Amino acid sequence: MRYLFKTDYRQDITLWRHRGDLFWYGLLIVVLLLIPYVLSEFYIGELGGVFVFAVAGVGMMLLAGYTGLISLGNAAFLGIGAYTEAILLAHGVPLVVTLPVAGLFTGLFGILIGLPTLRMSGLYLAIATLAFGSIVGTVFQKWDAVTGGFDGFPVPTPDLFGMPVQGANGIYYLSLFVLVVVLWLSANLLRTPLGRAMVAIRDSEISAQSMGIHLARYKTFAFAVSAFITGLAGALFAHYVRYLAPDAFDVLLSVQFVTIVFVGGLGSLHGVIFGALFVRLLPQFIAIIRDDLPFGIGRMPGLEPSLFGFVLVIVILFEPGGIYGRWIKMKNWFQAYPLKRRTSFRRQKSYARSERLR
Amino acid sequence: MEDAARLLQLVVNGAAAGCIYGLIALGFVLIYKATEMINFAQGDIMMLGGFFAFSLIAHFGLNYWIGALLAILLTAAFGFALDAVVLRRVIGQPQFAVVMLTLGLGFIFRAYAGITWGYDSVGFETPFTNRTINLHGLILGQDNVSIIVGTVLLCGVLYLFFSHTRLGVAMQASSQNQLAAYYMGIPVRTVFSLIWAISAGVAAVAGILLSPVSMIDVNMGFLGIKAFAAAVLGGFGSIPGALVGGVVIGIVEQLAGYFLPAGFQEVTSNVVLLATLILRPQGLFAEIAGKRV
Amino acid sequence: MSLFRADDIAIRFGGIRAVDAVSFDVNEGEVFSIIGPNGAGKTTIFNLISRIYQPSSGRLYFQDRDITEIPAYRIAGLGIARTFQNIELFANATLLQNLLIGRHCHSTVGVLSQLVFLPAVRREELQHREKAEEVIAFLGLERYRDTLIANLPYGVRKVVELGRALCIEPKLLLLDEPSSGLNVEETEGMGFWIEDIKKDLGITVIMVEHDMNLVRMVSDRVMALNYGKVIALGTPDEVQNHPEVVRAYIGGEG
Repeated sequence: MRYLFKTDYRQDITLWRHRGDLFWYGLLIVVLLLIPYVLSEFYIGELGGVFVFAVAGVGMMLLAGYTGLISLGNAAFLGIGAYTEAILLAHGVPLVVTLPVAGLFTGLFGILIGLPTLRMSGLYLAIATLAFGSIVGTVFQKWDAVTGGFDGFPVPTPDLFGMPVQGANGIYYLSLFVLVVVLWLSANLLRTPLGRAMVAIRDSEISAQSMGIHLARYKTFAFAVSAFITGLAGALFAHYVRYLAPDAFDVLLSVQFVTIVFVGGLGSLHGVIFGALFVRLLPQFIAIIRDDLPFGIGRMPGLEPSLFGFVLVIVILFEPGGIYGRWIKMKNWFQAYPLKRRTSFRRQKSYARSERLR
Repeated sequence: MEDAARLLQLVVNGAAAGCIYGLIALGFVLIYKATEMINFAQGDIMMLGGFFAFSLIAHFGLNYWIGALLAILLTAAFGFALDAVVLRRVIGQPQFAVVMLTLGLGFIFRAYAGITWGYDSVGFETPFTNRTINLHGLILGQDNVSIIVGTVLLCGVLYLFFSHTRLGVAMQASSQNQLAAYYMGIPVRTVFSLIWAISAGVAAVAGILLSPVSMIDVNMGFLGIKAFAAAVLGGFGSIPGALVGGVVIGIVEQLAGYFLPAGFQEVTSNVVLLATLILRPQGLFAEIAGKRV
Repeated sequence: MSLFRADDIAIRFGGIRAVDAVSFDVNEGEVFSIIGPNGAGKTTIFNLISRIYQPSSGRLYFQDRDITEIPAYRIAGLGIARTFQNIELFANATLLQNLLIGRHCHSTVGVLSQLVFLPAVRREELQHREKAEEVIAFLGLERYRDTLIANLPYGVRKVVELGRALCIEPKLLLLDEPSSGLNVEETEGMGFWIEDIKKDLGITVIMVEHDMNLVRMVSDRVMALNYGKVIALGTPDEVQNHPEVVRAYIGGEG
């Protein structure tokens, strides 16, 4: 076990705890950069998909995991980002412009949905965002003059500095780049007053207010940032699927984003990556073992969503810390071996926290 | 005159659809009042109730009334077990954990129904199928009328239950103050499970009443989303509010479908929902209070 | 000089007058206690001062400035900090993060510079950290620095909440039942801290408290409330022996 001897306050605000961390993150980046030269195109494509979902997951995590605002409408943000990207590219706007614009434009929608929902508590917010998502989904379907309706919308191949971004590799590198930038921005956010204000709102609105935190401003900010990031993910998603269908951005997709956050582990950026890996790779895993399953379970329609549902239920009931929480516990267990005690990881007994006046 | 009749027809159809929304919303409200949870699987429980009735009536050939009653009881028992086995464990966890949990349960129910009953729409013969009533030239489907009458009867029964029986009063007490109810010797946890049972039973009634109008299928649970609008409009916490909210949503939806261009009908309930939350978050029948420090 | 003044404030909930025509002055550098039976309106006065409730009538003045219309989130910035009766800490954050959230009203850096973590942000973070460490040292919380609040014992949480309020660097500190849930020793320790806060940090304190020993130990003046009305105001001994106060606590013909 490694002991950290802190000698400087600065050690607590760097993004890595010690040189070891820096080394491993560096190594990870190098490996990720080299992977396309090793793996087949299929796996590169899948990893690209993981990155796209991880970006969207970061957007969800900032909102749900750090600010405590649950949204069941983030698929709408993804859709807005995707259509913005595709439509701008179709008008000949270069990628370096469309990508940030897709994010910013979606961010505006985030403010739009954030503002009226400020006064709502968790459950109302979930319902309101669900309604918002379903309205936007209907608009995608019916407003065919812009979105092409059910005929779909082909996404043009973008150019980046004269090079076409295409194929699995192109999407892979583009998504990886955006993911790293988004993670860096979020990590910065979380070590500054902004991020702390979000955490404060999550844990106690009333005392956040007494600490001088303007609830409305920061909640709207959280929505805007979440929508911005999800919009970026949407732009990447457009390139990933290459053909936008209006019914892709439904409640099920929103639930997948929330699943990323829950299964990965609420309140950690590491968790997003774990969650995205899980949500993207589970369907692939099912596809692989599909034919080997007994009783024709593998050919059952609706297997995927039900498995998502099942995993969600299991995680919430038995491991609220998600994969990342489990990972930390396992790490501690090995580091402390053989001194591990049963009580080390026992959950604090929690009682119902009522929002009602009694 | 023809327009007036047409309008009336729309209103009755809307009211019937609205009663279904109202019944699902009633389930939300009962559970919310007691446990501050929202059961996102309420619509799927309705779907299960409908399928139970289908199995009993169409499959085992039971009489409609007996089959329906058994299906209601079966669904209620299912609701009881759901709370006792699963939901009870998450008391005290953040609210959205419960949201996600019930969403996940909904997916599982849908898959289960898909395996058991298949993915095609099914229906069964009811005393109201394809019959009409002629009221001075106004022709109404008995199926729609049966929904309205059934809802009114059910509400009457529930009202009597909550106000006149020991158990009903105990339930009200537990909803208002868990701790005090517990000290008064009310087995609060069992009572909560019973509330889940009632709410599931009500959902089953909705499913059975709905079956002659629109068939039973795996995805009928999505009606639950419209029922949110009903519950919110009614003030989430008010039982008459949920029903009134449902009827209003149902009628507005029908009128929107008639007077507005295509596409609007589908978003009506969601628009009403958002508008309510923005303009009057306490709903029509307010029962909201802020948190105390 | 009076630091804070309540002028004839009142608030009604439904038909109940929770606070009814209450006026008082708090002088700079004193500890001013509010006592009274349950439901007398003590916490309601705190909620009025911290602007969570809007008074039905009356005015509030802080440093001779009318704060009756100022929104709740700006109160901390003016230099008024508070604690809560039932502890409202940020339970899923570490002690250090909680204290740093207390520094929120002193942060001046913009959103974009925070997102890219400019050197100015780093400098300010280090300043906040230094201030938080001062508070940690003052209250002796060093060993809990990186512990999640959810894992701290109740008594420590109470101190952390005090520390978080101190991080605001307030001129006026509102303590809502600082001793509730604490044992005798912890209560006495709380008393010493309140004295230190007054003497060493020069912070004026308004305290709602039930424990008369603590009230007598630290208070310069005491105000007794019953049914939302002031029934006595003076030194701790004067108030404790005031016939109305005795009657309010012990009962009687009223």
